[in-house]
Amino acid sequence: MSDTLTTTTDAPREKLTKKAITADHPTWCPGCGDFAVLASYYKVLEKRQLDHEKIVTLAGIGCSSRFPYFVNGYGAHFIHGRAVPLASGISLARPDLHVFLFGGDGDGFSIGGNHLNHGARKNVNLVYFIMDNFVYGLTKKQTSPTSPIGFKSKTDPTGAIDQPVNPMKQLISAGASFIARTHATQVNHMIQMIERAMDHQGFSVIECLSECVEFFPGAFDPANPRKGGAFEVIQEKTWDGTPEDELRHDVTDELAAYKLAQLPFPGVFGVFYQNDRPTKNALEKKWIETTREKTGNASDLQLLQKTFDRMK
Amino acid sequence: MNETSTTPATDAPNSAEDPTAKRGSLATAPSASSGPDRADLRPENINDAVIRLAGNSQDGIQSAGAFLARLAGRSAQEVMTYMTIPATISGGPSIFQVRMGTGEVLSAGDEADFLVAFYQHSYQDHIGFLKDGGVLLYDSDNVTPDLGDKRFVYVGVPITGLTVEALGGTAKDKGKNIFILGLIAKIFHLDVEKLTILIKEKFAGKDVSIANTAIMAFTAGYAYPVGNVLTKQYKFEPHVPKEGERAQITMDGNQALAYGLIAAGVRYGSGYPITPWSSVMEILRSELPKYGGMFVQAEDELGAVSMALGFSFSGYLAVTGSAGPGISLKTEAIGWASMSEIPLIIINVQRGGPSTGLPTNVEQSDLFQAIYGGHGDSPRVVLAAATVEDCFYIAIEAARIARKYSTPVFILSDTSLATRIEAFDEPHLKDLMLDPKPDLSPRTGFKPYAVDQITQHVPPGSPMLDGKYPLVTGLEHDEMGHPTGSPKMHMAMTAKRRNKLRKLAEEIPVPEIYGDAEGDVLLVGWGSTYGPVHDAVKLAREHGEKVGALHLRHVHPFPNGLEKVFARFKRIVVVEMNDQGLYGFGQLATVLRARFCEPKIESTTKTDGLTFRVKEILERVFEGRSFAARKIPREGPAIVHADPSSENVKTLQEVVPQGVG
Repeated sequence: MSDTLTTTTDAPREKLTKKAITADHPTWCPGCGDFAVLASYYKVLEKRQLDHEKIVTLAGIGCSSRFPYFVNGYGAHFIHGRAVPLASGISLARPDLHVFLFGGDGDGFSIGGNHLNHGARKNVNLVYFIMDNFVYGLTKKQTSPTSPIGFKSKTDPTGAIDQPVNPMKQLISAGASFIARTHATQVNHMIQMIERAMDHQGFSVIECLSECVEFFPGAFDPANPRKGGAFEVIQEKTWDGTPEDELRHDVTDELAAYKLAQLPFPGVFGVFYQNDRPTKNALEKKWIETTREKTGNASDLQLLQKTFDRMK
Repeated sequence: MNETSTTPATDAPNSAEDPTAKRGSLATAPSASSGPDRADLRPENINDAVIRLAGNSQDGIQSAGAFLARLAGRSAQEVMTYMTIPATISGGPSIFQVRMGTGEVLSAGDEADFLVAFYQHSYQDHIGFLKDGGVLLYDSDNVTPDLGDKRFVYVGVPITGLTVEALGGTAKDKGKNIFILGLIAKIFHLDVEKLTILIKEKFAGKDVSIANTAIMAFTAGYAYPVGNVLTKQYKFEPHVPKEGERAQITMDGNQALAYGLIAAGVRYGSGYPITPWSSVMEILRSELPKYGGMFVQAEDELGAVSMALGFSFSGYLAVTGSAGPGISLKTEAIGWASMSEIPLIIINVQRGGPSTGLPTNVEQSDLFQAIYGGHGDSPRVVLAAATVEDCFYIAIEAARIARKYSTPVFILSDTSLATRIEAFDEPHLKDLMLDPKPDLSPRTGFKPYAVDQITQHVPPGSPMLDGKYPLVTGLEHDEMGHPTGSPKMHMAMTAKRRNKLRKLAEEIPVPEIYGDAEGDVLLVGWGSTYGPVHDAVKLAREHGEKVGALHLRHVHPFPNGLEKVFARFKRIVVVEMNDQGLYGFGQLATVLRARFCEPKIESTTKTDGLTFRVKEILERVFEGRSFAARKIPREGPAIVHADPSSENVKTLQEVVPQGVG
């Protein structure tokens, strides 16, 4: 089946360049944080020289979910909130592909909240990049699931009253196996996070604070050093046995990750949590292999014939 | 035989007031007035019998019925079953009806020739379905029938007590179903050897004591001297094999759907549990890994359809399914499949609706949902399975259409198909099996949405030699899949999505007409009404009517050319299990009227949650005409029997050698 699929070209490949993977000009507003995400994505693809035909860029609905149109590669622009199961299907059937999923806070934490939780729980192997701008931009300024209390929007003219989602806490408790947080103005950090998410086997989520200049300008200045904020990066343990290391963050420690997630806004950035538990892809594959073995690797025809013989 | 038991039937005391009618008592019970001798036990040849088992859902009547159905299948007899299940987790009245025959069996039968009543309520609820002259076999430990009703033959057997006795009294109430199977095997001269093998096969792989217990119960039932109380025994006319005849396989509609999908090369799918769809996903979940595929239980219906679309996008035509409420939830994503032209099979095993409705009853009220469900102009294909066998073939047809036209395809089944067992000719798997792997060969100049072609997507992983990669999207798009707001493009793409299904309509053959090809009345059906509608035509023609039946498997689009069929009949009556709606027409009738502008089209509908009875259809179509029903061959007056005398019944220890099995 899928793992026996062979690709096709033995001819030497042309180098994957930014030009080759660039498509439509983004429709985002000038100054939108999402531009930096797109640029970082191009950079990572170029740096890692992935096979062009194996890159799959997916999205749901929202400003940030226009992403696939700006990438020249296989991709799908799906419906609002359901891109996680779509991407899961692609990842499960085609482990040879690199599945990247992009979306916003409304798509991921509100309408698609259930899928986010279950994708995480199932630990499907993919990279999910959430551009969190704390507001609905495409529909022009309504409260989002991450809008802070007091945020004035068209649906909360006197200020938001509902407690916002804490993405890190939600992802930790849902069972995502790689959870990181970054900031659209910190491109190098963002690239690092994308690469680490790619290298992780499992459900890898990156929350990126990505400013909506139109409807929530300055939202993330407190974490932007150029705007007088502080971009505090998580110091991860190096396991060098030094006393300083004692104080550093163990990314495999769920409770420690949860404590970092509790920090007041703007919080810290980097890898909160990483766990190498088996992916659904691997577990399903194992089941398929054991089952195939039990059948003596019979052909499809033999298998169905045998089933029908039992029903005679 | 106890000579004293030959009291004339007419004087039979009502056993309700007769404590001696209880098990173990002396037989004061009446028998045939003629004082039958053993010669009467020569079996009478029959070619068709309807046996209804009525009990509670935990009594295992389904499995007893299934044994009968599978035996019929193995004996190359035709078989049709019908069951009801209560919407409770455990318990509640339930029936299983088996109709076996040597000839053509199209429906499960309106009335039973033989009713087995486990409880008083089973007797009360179902005696009305026993035809005049039919046999009531009842558990005299639990049932006290009105023996004064002379229409029936009464056979009381202390089933509960004898089963407990046979099994050593350990498993309370368990095994009665198999005991009854033994009784039925005796009465109908069924092939004991084959049945024993079936029982052993059923319990193979389980604790050996379970199979032994079952065999013990079966032997006890078979050994019971039922000849003492039932003077007639029956034997099915032997089946005369036709040339090139294939072995029969026996399964229910959900199994047939699942295996049809497998034959069609569907290797991936995703679903969410809901009655009566769940068993399709359960089968696929355990079967697909054998074929290298995968079925995923999703977090919800929206996740299930989305994941299935992911599978299809990745190059493997996938399946999702549900019942009506779940299909409602999937609707948005199905609209995306129409727009992005991704192939997908969506199974709807219909139940009574709307909302939670009647979860375990049959209804055909999701046709509009399948054809029109969703926003925007979102063409899709809708097929409906006619029989259990057709569930297998319709899955193959759905996969063929989904691939060829890159479109979502609905398969409509329903509760009655899902739960009933039929035997049908083993399919020629060798000619049917497909396993299309994604074609990842390099392409150049590829456009997924070329306006003048039927879309065929290229799975990711295929290199695009010109470096231009296609996108798949729910936004209106240009030929490469990039968004466009151009009204001209929207018109062109809307037409493209519609025209490919018009193309499909051209290739669907007009179904063959059953019965008269022209005449007074054409009955039009879809889905599981196939059997009763065809039986109705058969019976009406036997009574001299000029009637035909047209059954639609392709309900959207319709095949072209139906108008020519309609022109040959004076009346066209669409028979379906849904409501007549505000304008007096059922769902298919409404669509047919809209499509063909044919005022002759009438509609007969019902929403009682039960399958159509043949009589019901005929009474509706031919108001005021009477169509005598088929009778079980039997001579003489009604005979009343009850418990035989204990002197004539050996104890079970004698009848059943200890340690059997």
